[in-house]
Amino acid sequence: MSSTLLHEDYPVEAEDYTRAGEASADIKRKLKQLGVSAGVLRRVSVASYEVELNLVIHSRGGVLSLEVTPERVLLVSADRGPGIPDLELAMREGWSTANETARSLGFGAGMGLPNMKRNADEFDIESQLGTGTTIRMGFLLS
Amino acid sequence: MPDETPMKIKDLLSLLEAKSMTPGADLEKDVLCGYTCDLLSWVMAHGQEGMAWVTVQTHMNVIAVAVLSDMACVILPENIEMEKESLDKAAAEGMCVLSSPLSGYEICGRLHAAGVPDKE
Repeated sequence: MSSTLLHEDYPVEAEDYTRAGEASADIKRKLKQLGVSAGVLRRVSVASYEVELNLVIHSRGGVLSLEVTPERVLLVSADRGPGIPDLELAMREGWSTANETARSLGFGAGMGLPNMKRNADEFDIESQLGTGTTIRMGFLLS
Repeated sequence: MPDETPMKIKDLLSLLEAKSMTPGADLEKDVLCGYTCDLLSWVMAHGQEGMAWVTVQTHMNVIAVAVLSDMACVILPENIEMEKESLDKAAAEGMCVLSSPLSGYEICGRLHAAGVPDKE
């Protein structure tokens, strides 16, 4: 077991576009203070913003968690549903179920999940219809 | 032959006939590349450090995307105005927002001609 240097939980509300990005901005600030390198910081920032926006656009709300150990940065997004019916389709670039509000703001290009996977060193997604979706992303520090 | 020294945000003011909408923002930052796109999720996948990003979007999420990608500045074409909430957020995050009377097409043309490269 590695020792945890930092743990933060950020509740993210559904459809709250005004506050969207605040959790990611705070995560970036905290990692910067810890001296995380610019390259990792940028990848974590992009992935955390994408997953935070997914919570706002697609979920009934959830929690974005940050955990830092000497070896890695771990981001976990756990929502309260509705769950993803077809994960393979959801992971496909260009596929999106975002509503008109999200699209009018410039979201919903179907880039979110593939972009998270591209930026993280470790990526895992589990989803159960009616229960919720959990996404785990690891970023190696060494 | 483009000058190898990167342009600074302050150089864009005359080049693009632009004004800064964020008083107090650091205009000495280097502009490392240029980009234009209005689809925020697309920009998240392609944003880079030092980018000058031309967009007609003006809501708060624009500032979040620019800050998280370590961009140099956001450029609004055709005198588009940005909401006060977005400008306040930009000021709080140290992000520079420029407003230009030129079209996005003309802005990118002038940036390119002045030697600002495409993203990597």
